[in-house]
Amino acid sequence: MLGRTANGLYWMFRYIERAENIARLVDAGLRVSLTRAGSSDEDWHGVLESAGVREAYATVHPQLTAADAIDYLLRDTTNPSSVMSCIEWGRNNARMVRTALTRETWEATNEAWIDLKARLANRLKAADLPELIDVIKHRCGLIRGAFHGSMLRNDLYNFSRIGTFIERADNTSRILDVKYYVLLPSVSQVGSALDNMQWEQILRSVSAHRSYGWVYDGDLQSANIADFLILKIQMPRSLAYCYEKIVSNLDYLADTYGERLKAHETAAAIRSSLKRGSIAEIMDIGLHEFLEDFVTRNNQLSAEITTGYRFYE
Amino acid sequence: MAFDEMLTPEGLPRDPYKQYHQWYSSQDAAHLIRKTQDAENIFRKTGITFAVYGHADSSEKLIPFDIIPRIISGREWRKLAQGIEQRVLALNAFLDDIYHKQEIIKAGRIPRELIEKNTAFLPEMIGFKPPGGVYTHIVGTDIVRTGEDQFFVLEDNARTPSGVSYMLENRETMMQMFPELFTLNKVQRVEDYPRLLRQSLASLAPPGCRGRPRVAVLTPGIYNSAYYEHSFLADQMGVELVEGSDLRVIDGRVKMRTTQGYEAIDVLYRRVDDDFLDPLTFRPDSALGIPGIMDVYRAGNITIANAPGTGISDDKAIYSYMPEIVEFYTGRKPLLENVPTWRCSEPDSLRYVLDHIGELVIKEVHGSGGYGMLVGPTASKKERTEFAEKLAAKPANYIAQPTLALSTVPIFVNKGIAPRHVDLRPYVLVSDKVKIIPGGLTRVALKEGSLVVNSSQGGGTKDTWVLED
Repeated sequence: MLGRTANGLYWMFRYIERAENIARLVDAGLRVSLTRAGSSDEDWHGVLESAGVREAYATVHPQLTAADAIDYLLRDTTNPSSVMSCIEWGRNNARMVRTALTRETWEATNEAWIDLKARLANRLKAADLPELIDVIKHRCGLIRGAFHGSMLRNDLYNFSRIGTFIERADNTSRILDVKYYVLLPSVSQVGSALDNMQWEQILRSVSAHRSYGWVYDGDLQSANIADFLILKIQMPRSLAYCYEKIVSNLDYLADTYGERLKAHETAAAIRSSLKRGSIAEIMDIGLHEFLEDFVTRNNQLSAEITTGYRFYE
Repeated sequence: MAFDEMLTPEGLPRDPYKQYHQWYSSQDAAHLIRKTQDAENIFRKTGITFAVYGHADSSEKLIPFDIIPRIISGREWRKLAQGIEQRVLALNAFLDDIYHKQEIIKAGRIPRELIEKNTAFLPEMIGFKPPGGVYTHIVGTDIVRTGEDQFFVLEDNARTPSGVSYMLENRETMMQMFPELFTLNKVQRVEDYPRLLRQSLASLAPPGCRGRPRVAVLTPGIYNSAYYEHSFLADQMGVELVEGSDLRVIDGRVKMRTTQGYEAIDVLYRRVDDDFLDPLTFRPDSALGIPGIMDVYRAGNITIANAPGTGISDDKAIYSYMPEIVEFYTGRKPLLENVPTWRCSEPDSLRYVLDHIGELVIKEVHGSGGYGMLVGPTASKKERTEFAEKLAAKPANYIAQPTLALSTVPIFVNKGIAPRHVDLRPYVLVSDKVKIIPGGLTRVALKEGSLVVNSSQGGGTKDTWVLED
């Protein structure tokens, strides 16, 4: 397959994953503003930060308001990480690699673009947001479903999956890092009402507020939340899960192509550190330092895959 | 009164349309309106779009599709196909001659400066014989009809004719929406086109090619107006869709960058114009091409389809000489007529054209897509005056033709059916033999009375049936 095709698939699935993650972040933000008495627009700082666009937001909007933040995150195409930008870029990449996609996958992507372009054409009303966020998640789910149900399990498939998981790992680690201080054991052993709210927002941002309950018997504790999102291999948005997948996708490429690259070593090293690690150790190193280091290594792996498989000349 | 292909002036269906007409008369209008919307949804969902240059907002448009097929009898088609084959063979013979001995010039049939001063003539091709001696692998011959037995060739598209994906998708859509029509009528297949195209391209691989030839389609990328077609054809043929940035000349071969290294290509079906093909030979600012590909080509290590320099054969200035060209190389009178053409470079013709501007269609010699032309009878007085000035300033840039009473075929409108003007572009594949796909793309001017069928100017398309008979 062409290096450019691998690149197109990788980015198509990074953007689709990102679109869905941004929708979740907005969802969690809305939830907080609904449930917390005396909530303020300031709460959106954290959401913008998690999306990695806080500084960029400030260059467009001098003031922070909930309505502007939501607009910026969902539909502003000057924001490269807005849902609309992600869908647009995801689809552009899909068009570029159209011959590598099944008809179902392409049509699900194209229809998501047609639908969301229409829904995000004008400024949004607060009352429409819950439905809109559902539609975004639904559309991304359809793309993923069509992809899973119809694509051959070959190199095309594996490059697409690697894009999904690199993006997801990046996203989960950012969400945690923005709120790392509320997870530190020194701050609070027993959650106050404020802690509980913050913790729940983190879990909601990764659609994990229910599954957390199943795994840890419903008791919200900071160390368990960190454990769940970083080390728990059963949790599909945890760093450990993402790296299980990345390693197996990369191994497929190594077996098929008969060549192991630097990226394979890097991915295996990250995976084994997540596998061996305990949350107590991570807290010892410092949660923030751990996450910062993780994001850097995740980016480094992405760069190694890009060069190793000749995405560009 | 234009010739209507479906109905006689008395309102009775002509032979090829008898079955269809009967079926149509039994249909409920509301059902057909719904089907028209279904068709549009299929096209939109599939992303069968084209880009209109200069429209930033509407960067992707659908070509309107009309649900009433255009039907041609087997007898009519056989006649057309013979004429097209003769013409395509003549085009290839002409190109071979022009780039070698130039006998047609020596014989005084075509003025030398018309060839050698033409920008479509590529000196780089002089003395070079492409693999298999084929210059135009894929041709789209534009044909118009004015009466029962009157067909004219309007244009020979011998560079990179587009639209074949619409021919295929239109058929696919019709079969999905109205399967019963295909049991009522025996319609000749068009679905084999991608397979035939691949065979045809592979059979012209360079002589040094060992094993199964590697074919690729070269596209300018997703922002090109015909990108959908490029990806469609690559997909249907099962070959790679490449961009210039994927390709490099390494060790005298054109190679594409894969995830496992560089791999050689044997046949390149390029949908990039000559000018942009090789920045080392042609436009140095081209980012769409492959530096050095012309050297590989001339060394006989890659086949480029269509060959560079074929544009000299479909140039509008050459068009008026086509009857002589056909006769010169085939030794027979052309089976298909040319539209009478005034070359404005000739003073007598220019005077005639200026005097009769209101009756003629005037075209730019190098124009395409329906741009830069004047349709005299429908133009305003101001448009005519302005055009006359441009014409007088640079007469050699223009040719003029009578306004033909193009045939009509009904389209489906909310009130029922209404006649609209059409043309036809059959697709021809040339290798050691000539294959013509039965039918082609029918373009239809959707505006009442309009003669401009181009999709960029409000034209639509129809499925085109050639019946088995």
